[in-house]
Amino acid sequence: MSDNTYKKILPDRNDPRTLRRQRLRDLKDRLFKGSMALGGISVIIAVMLIFFYLFYVVIPLFYPAEVKEKGRYDFNQVLNGSPLFLAMEEYGEIGISVDDAGHITFFHVDDGSVVSQQTLELGSRVASAGSSDPSKASFALGLANGSMILARHIYKISYPNDARLITPDLVFPLGEEPVEIDSDKKTLTHIAVQLNEEQITVAAVTDDGRLLLNRFLTDDSFEDEEEAEFEKETNNIDLGTLKVAKIRLDIDQDELYVLTDTGDLLYFNISDLEEPELLDRVAVAATGEKVSAMEFLNGGISMLVANDKGEISQWFPVADENNKNKLHEIRSFQLGNDPITAISPEYFRKGFIAGDTDGKIGVFYTTSQRTLLVKPISNHSIVQLAISPRGKKILMLDTQNQANILDVVNEHPEVSWYSIWGKVWYESRKQPEYIWQSSSASNDFEPKFSLMPLTVGTLKAAFYAMLFAVPLAIMGAVFTAYFMSPQMRNVVKPTIEIMEALPTVILGFLAGLWMAPLVEKNLPGIFMIIILTPVAVLLASFVWIKLPAHIRHRFPEGWEAALLVPVVIAVMFFAMALSHPVESLLFENDMPHWITTHLGLDFDQRNSLVVGIAMGFAVIPTIFSISEDAIFSVPKHMTVGSLALGATPWQTLVRVVILTASPGIFSALMIGLGRAVGETMIVLMATGNTPIMDFNIFQGFRALSANIAVEMPESEVASTHYRVLFLAALVLFLFTFVFNTIAEVVRQRLREKYSSL
Amino acid sequence: MKKMNSNWLKSGTPWIWLTGGAVAVSLVMVIGLLFLIAIRGLGQFWPTEIISFEYKQGDQTKTLLGEVADQETVQRERLQALGIKVPGEEEWITRYLLKIGNRDQGHPDFVWVEKLLMGDVSTPPDACVIERDEWGNFYGYLQSFSDQNTTVKGQDLWKRVQKSIARRLELSRQIKEIEKHQIGKINAQVEQLRLEKRRLELDNVTDEAAYTEIKRRRSLLDKKYQSLQRTLADLYQKVKRDSIVVMTSDGKEVTLPIAKVRRIYQPNRMSTLDKIGFYFTKMEEFITDDPREANTEGGIFPAIFGTALMVMLMSIIVTPFGVIAAVYLHEYAKKGPLTRTIRIAVNNLAGVPSIVYGVFGLGFFVYLIGGRVDQIFFPEALPAPTFGTPGLLWSSLTLALLTLPVVIIATEEGLSRIPRTIREGSLALGATKAETLWRTVLPMTTPAMMTGLILAVARAAGEVAPLMMVGVVKLAPSLPIDDNYPFLHLDRKFMHLGFHIYDVGFQSPNVEAARPLVYATAFVLVVLIVALNLLAIKIRNRLREKYITQAQ
Repeated sequence: MSDNTYKKILPDRNDPRTLRRQRLRDLKDRLFKGSMALGGISVIIAVMLIFFYLFYVVIPLFYPAEVKEKGRYDFNQVLNGSPLFLAMEEYGEIGISVDDAGHITFFHVDDGSVVSQQTLELGSRVASAGSSDPSKASFALGLANGSMILARHIYKISYPNDARLITPDLVFPLGEEPVEIDSDKKTLTHIAVQLNEEQITVAAVTDDGRLLLNRFLTDDSFEDEEEAEFEKETNNIDLGTLKVAKIRLDIDQDELYVLTDTGDLLYFNISDLEEPELLDRVAVAATGEKVSAMEFLNGGISMLVANDKGEISQWFPVADENNKNKLHEIRSFQLGNDPITAISPEYFRKGFIAGDTDGKIGVFYTTSQRTLLVKPISNHSIVQLAISPRGKKILMLDTQNQANILDVVNEHPEVSWYSIWGKVWYESRKQPEYIWQSSSASNDFEPKFSLMPLTVGTLKAAFYAMLFAVPLAIMGAVFTAYFMSPQMRNVVKPTIEIMEALPTVILGFLAGLWMAPLVEKNLPGIFMIIILTPVAVLLASFVWIKLPAHIRHRFPEGWEAALLVPVVIAVMFFAMALSHPVESLLFENDMPHWITTHLGLDFDQRNSLVVGIAMGFAVIPTIFSISEDAIFSVPKHMTVGSLALGATPWQTLVRVVILTASPGIFSALMIGLGRAVGETMIVLMATGNTPIMDFNIFQGFRALSANIAVEMPESEVASTHYRVLFLAALVLFLFTFVFNTIAEVVRQRLREKYSSL
Repeated sequence: MKKMNSNWLKSGTPWIWLTGGAVAVSLVMVIGLLFLIAIRGLGQFWPTEIISFEYKQGDQTKTLLGEVADQETVQRERLQALGIKVPGEEEWITRYLLKIGNRDQGHPDFVWVEKLLMGDVSTPPDACVIERDEWGNFYGYLQSFSDQNTTVKGQDLWKRVQKSIARRLELSRQIKEIEKHQIGKINAQVEQLRLEKRRLELDNVTDEAAYTEIKRRRSLLDKKYQSLQRTLADLYQKVKRDSIVVMTSDGKEVTLPIAKVRRIYQPNRMSTLDKIGFYFTKMEEFITDDPREANTEGGIFPAIFGTALMVMLMSIIVTPFGVIAAVYLHEYAKKGPLTRTIRIAVNNLAGVPSIVYGVFGLGFFVYLIGGRVDQIFFPEALPAPTFGTPGLLWSSLTLALLTLPVVIIATEEGLSRIPRTIREGSLALGATKAETLWRTVLPMTTPAMMTGLILAVARAAGEVAPLMMVGVVKLAPSLPIDDNYPFLHLDRKFMHLGFHIYDVGFQSPNVEAARPLVYATAFVLVVLIVALNLLAIKIRNRLREKYITQAQ
């Protein structure tokens, strides 16, 4: 071929058209490469995002609290004497201050400007003050003439011109006139009060040491009247020579706590005012310590006792073995080393703030035992502390009558690493426990966020599933890969692999609605199947070699499994048919009942046995498929060599094949375990979903995954509950990540090993 | 003899058989499960005989009429604990679960009856099953028919009733057409107007003309709506006309309005051919109808539709990304520890529990992205969320993420099976790498991509846990595709076969009545998924053979 014709076919290399085209092709190539890289990398980043997003949602759970000083002003513009009571309304805009001269002042919290002021007509000196539970927004002033006055601060909210306007007001549940508490007209040195719609209880101590109890019951017959009428019950408790330092009443008006000046706490039951009962008396201060503040935690169950060494301890009554309530010290917090002067509980959570003589404040949470913040605010001792109902603002008063306004960011104090994974002593419980109970209708509910019962549930499910699946899957894989005839293998392998694609919702539904009742009714039959099947298989193999050779030779080798199918079916029918007779014979007609009475194990219909079988079913194909591949890819020359040296097929299998394939089998197990841990629908549908902690095969459980599925749709976005559920998802993610990574690394090693063989 | 036995043990034969037994057990389980679902799922459409008998319990004797739904044997003590005394000495008592229907007559629609307490069982040819819109089936004997003017009894009765039911179904179809489509359309437009107005307010538009225009359009719609309402009232009046009187098994006569009757049939009179015809009608109804009565009756069409649509959207999203990621990993990324780590990570993701994807989808897609989208594009609808709530789009995206590893792994496998010679040939002829990939390698990998996609679809169709969080509901008022603008409603919640199984089986107030439907739904889902998987396996096998021959 001459040079000319060649040129005619291919355009000239230096022809500008060719060059342009070449450049275009190069550009396209580079563009393609670029877009592929961009797309590929962004997909991979998106995938990584899952982990980081979960982490990003979870991490605020562990943030400490933050306070920002928002303002400081002279409180003398509000105050005319020494402060007795300080509180804020819901939005933290308006505050109320009560002083010992009987002035009640509503003021703007942020700058101290007075909104309105009222002076009570008391007719006597104010000798003491007591406040109700913060949610009831009431206070009582005890007077020097044995009377007291009870007031409640309320706020009307209106929106003139689309701006929020809060109008404070006072109401007097017992009337605007002081009410006589002590008929001897002695000075009331201590007073405690609680009120609700039905009744008002007042406890007071006089200067001659008497403890007076008064209860005002709403009289229904005067319902229409403007002012409610009350029936009054009175009683008093003889304290002997004890000197009272503080008294507190709980919100239900059933319990009275009296602190003596020697640091003893007396705990009375006054639900029946006629017969007050001293339930317990404990020393809450060690020798050399002095109790400096005492306040109820939200809910009126726990008492916070603070001493002059900067320690605050939480006490609550715990029923002992005789079902008597005794006070226990549950946990304690340390603010500093200076005497604590004020404690203010949060309104809706189990947290509190405290201040000391050094001007430090601390933010604490009881359930999670967290010290969220300790921060010096003032140079002077703190006198009064108030926290707004939503817990977003703190108002603090020091000895110089300086008011400090602090903004608080304290979103998720309820959990800590310790409360998620450790035993926590919750209120009204006999001992520290692992409990998951995320929500309740009650306002002063203590959320119980322990992931332990759920994690144990997940592991329990995985354990029983693996117990069922591992022998079946691995033995099946051994046979299929090593002994089975190729024709049969071509059918069996896809069949079992299809199992893997079966939606777990179907397995869960069958387990919950079909298998659970079946198992309960035929429990002996199920156990007989488990025991008899291997026996029957061994028997069949024995019978088989006893058969005349001409029958045996009709079946080629490698079809044993097919021969065994009728045997297995026969065993199942046999066991099920015998189930009821056996139950009558051995288990008093009712095996679940027998298990409960004779073995002391509780029996649920939807139990771990059912889950084990159903989830085992879901895991078998995963383990089977991967380990079958591993065994099948063991190089042939190794097995052939072993057989040639006179080893039996079984010996070759055990000593050569399985040994070589063991990393692959291990990785199959890991992946199977990962799948069992993360499975949701089966555990959701086939268990009772009660978060209990035990390994009883006849009881249900609640798994992490099922818990997420149940509670996630109801949880409020960005709430603690929401984030804890994300944490549960993260734990699941990490579980499976670890299992899968181990499996993957082992598998890659194995691949290298084979390539060298 | 002894020697033979010890040889038998030594040779390891029993252990080999034991491993074979494991395979046998697995096979029996898989096939048994598929059979169980098939039999229970398909069997429920067959018209069962209605039996009638006297049931004596204590001093009371009742005549019962119904179909046997289940049977079991229980211990005598259990029955005694329930206050049921059975004669004889046997420990295990057989009892039947009888579907007696008539839930509106003040008793449950399923009762257990002990075999020993049943009198003579007959199959009365006159016994009717009446399928109703509410309260489930009614079992009884048809007495008379009335259309407000005349009452029909005797000979013509049956024909007359069938005709009336046909009339009623036609009227109901018209009512539904008006309510769902015409009024639905008006409602959609009214909502659109409301949003337009709100939008104007948000944009601080003070021009009165815009507002009056909206008002004018609104009043037009109102007028249309009122005229439709009148037609509807008319239709409702018409459909109320007819009624039948049916006698229950205990002799009480009950008047049933035809307006609530869907079908009446006498299974004891049917010939086998009739039954086969009936069977297929019921099956078709199951596939094409909407569910009724808290999903315990009717069909599963919206669930099938929702599943299919969601899976399609997911495929559109997952395929390009999966393929691009695979091509990048296999063709462009440098082989090294980083690529290996990425590959491990991708493999790992295939094993991450689906619920974790659900949690991620809810937090990231729905609340974070969806909330943002609402603020930017749909401020007029706030505080009611448009995309800031679980819906179709987020479900598809979440499942796309979930199935991404499946597509990546399958495509990569396909890429690695392409013989080097093909690439080298193409490059040697002067093609650029992009051209090689685009013109030769990728077309040859299509079957592998298809395999990956099919496996992804099969997985997505069966996945429930994540969907429970990102968009599936038990009962969606309307399909995600309809004749209102913008036709495909990505923000709508939808129904899904898998979730339907969970919901009807476990959240239903009447589990007994729902159970057959759950089996049937499960059967549909299993058939779909097994078919998809078989298809994937087939394509994969063909692909393997093709390249084996090419490589030779």
